[in-house]
Amino acid sequence: MTDKIIVKDLYKVFGDRPDQAMQMINDGIDKAEIFDKTGQTVGVCGASFTVREGEIFVVMGLSGSGKSTLVRLLNRLIEPTSGQVLYDGIDIAAMNDEELRNLRRRDMAMVFQSFALMPHLSVVDNAAFGLELAGVAEEERQERALHALDQVGLKAQANSYPDELSGGMQQRVGLARALANDPSVMLMDEAFSALDPLIRTEMQDELLVLQREHKRTIIFISHDLDEAMRIGDRIAIMEGGIVVQVGTPEEILNNPANDYVKSFFRGVDVSTILTAKDIAAKRQVTVIEREGVGLKTALNRLRNEDREYAYIVGDKLDFHGVISVDSLDAAIKSGANKLSAAFLPDIEPVSHDTQLSELIGTVAHAPCGVPVVGDDGKYMGVIKKANLLATLDREGDGANG
Amino acid sequence: MFPEKLNVPLGKWVNRFVDWLVVNYGDGFEAFADSLLTVLVWLEHILRGTPWWIMVIAIAVIGFHASRSWKIAAGLAIAMIAIGTLGLWDKAMQTLALMIVATSLSVIIGVPVGIAMALSNRLRAVMLPILDTMQTMPSFVYLIPALMLFGLGKVPAILATVIYAAPPVIRLTDLGIRLVDREVLEASRSFGASRRQILWKVQLPLALPNIMAGINQTTMMSISMVVIASMIGARGLGERVLMGIQRLDVGAGMEAGIAIVLLAVVFDRIGQAYGKRSQRSPLAEDKS
Repeated sequence: MTDKIIVKDLYKVFGDRPDQAMQMINDGIDKAEIFDKTGQTVGVCGASFTVREGEIFVVMGLSGSGKSTLVRLLNRLIEPTSGQVLYDGIDIAAMNDEELRNLRRRDMAMVFQSFALMPHLSVVDNAAFGLELAGVAEEERQERALHALDQVGLKAQANSYPDELSGGMQQRVGLARALANDPSVMLMDEAFSALDPLIRTEMQDELLVLQREHKRTIIFISHDLDEAMRIGDRIAIMEGGIVVQVGTPEEILNNPANDYVKSFFRGVDVSTILTAKDIAAKRQVTVIEREGVGLKTALNRLRNEDREYAYIVGDKLDFHGVISVDSLDAAIKSGANKLSAAFLPDIEPVSHDTQLSELIGTVAHAPCGVPVVGDDGKYMGVIKKANLLATLDREGDGANG
Repeated sequence: MFPEKLNVPLGKWVNRFVDWLVVNYGDGFEAFADSLLTVLVWLEHILRGTPWWIMVIAIAVIGFHASRSWKIAAGLAIAMIAIGTLGLWDKAMQTLALMIVATSLSVIIGVPVGIAMALSNRLRAVMLPILDTMQTMPSFVYLIPALMLFGLGKVPAILATVIYAAPPVIRLTDLGIRLVDREVLEASRSFGASRRQILWKVQLPLALPNIMAGINQTTMMSISMVVIASMIGARGLGERVLMGIQRLDVGAGMEAGIAIVLLAVVFDRIGQAYGKRSQRSPLAEDKS
């Protein structure tokens, strides 16, 4: 994936003497002290990150952490104090007014928390608003606006006015207005935060569907971790104007950079975020099934290791089955000599990308740890009951216990 | 007693200034007055020359166009006929011509000034006390210098009316633009609107209900001022009121007064109906 937006050392100082504040930042003085001494507020402090083409990049943080400022620095609704925003290698921060207008009209559309629709325009005219600004001819912009409304399921309401619509529908219009310009980058500032939880989830799903059909680069601002985890390919976490961590949801969940990041995950439903591979552990006895390894060899190994179960894999680590001391005994008594004769019948491996919430039942009913396999059937480890319970009950500690 | 030494001879200065204006720029003012007069006379000629029943129908049609209500259209027609039955049709047409010119001039000046005020805090700080002065200064104080600059007649009457009637449309244009939702403005910027596009496609349409309310107020105020302006030679209904007072003819004064009220009602209803229609959305109607 190529890099779509590269943010380098981006700063925003609110106040009338930003130079002085920048000087103090360079001297290593912290935000609070700068505010005390000069009355200048540092909104965004040295943000650097890269957004890849086609990904949903979520910027998360509590209110006041500078995330809404950060997203406005990207399309310069707020002027950066210093730093660079490279869009396909071109510095947005250095563009003149006309270049900036063209960028906003063609390449970067925005969706707002408060919808910010034009109350005097019908739904279709709202959707066509960006096209109208760009000087697209009447007929074409109607057509493109209707197509965008169709994408968000609002074609039937094209001639209504915004205040006749519910909040969720209004935000669909906001989304359609952004889509109509066919931008390659969409900035979404807490776009779903004003909606009630059910509609919010629905809109998130819809966004993911849209994203599947047509990959755009989306920068999504949110204060809601569940939302970030659901839709984010990668997440940046902001605290006090500073980007403290950037990574995939799993990376951040498993290795939080500091207590602030960790605190986000308290109370988060990890069962919908983590998948089988995240907690599969390879500490069980594995026996490679090959010439010369018989039932007795396996039994001996289990007795030596003082374990009840062993996991049988092929020479390419592909999963074959599970055996237990009892099943081995029974197989030996019946005179069989192949390992497969001792396989426990009820144990089915689970796929590595199964969500924890979906495998609670499987793990609870299995006599032994449940084996996890990759897409290619490769053995990836085992999930034991204790293991799963500890993860679900976690207080922000590492999951691979 | 306030020490006399500290008196500022403001009165003398103003007198000298007006004298200076008359001497040096009298011709310029006269040329301006002439062009204004040409428009006014032309309009008056048309209004007075039109048969009364065509005027009544025209008012009813305009009323219906504004309100989409037959009742209002019929009411307006009846009000116009009532003016006729008082025997004041011709005078009312003179007043109407004066009012239309004064109101148009107020709007032509007022809306751009209001827009400029909304866009510049500094201009607003300067304009607000000027508007206060325009609205509170007793009208005779500027009627007289207007008289000196333009002579007796309709032109000083129109200018005095503009001074008195323009402030509401200026204030409400300014207010309407300032009330436009910041987030809507931010959204338009985010889609690449230029300043001109923001003004024409967002700020003015959204401020329109307020601007219309301002125009309506300006119309009302110019009708009331037209009466006072009759004292410096403007013809029309005000002239009859003045005559009634001077001759202690209460009845004649009352007749003219009622005709003025009817005229005001007609234009208020038309103005309000247009104002309501400019508020496209039901939400905006709730606020009014």
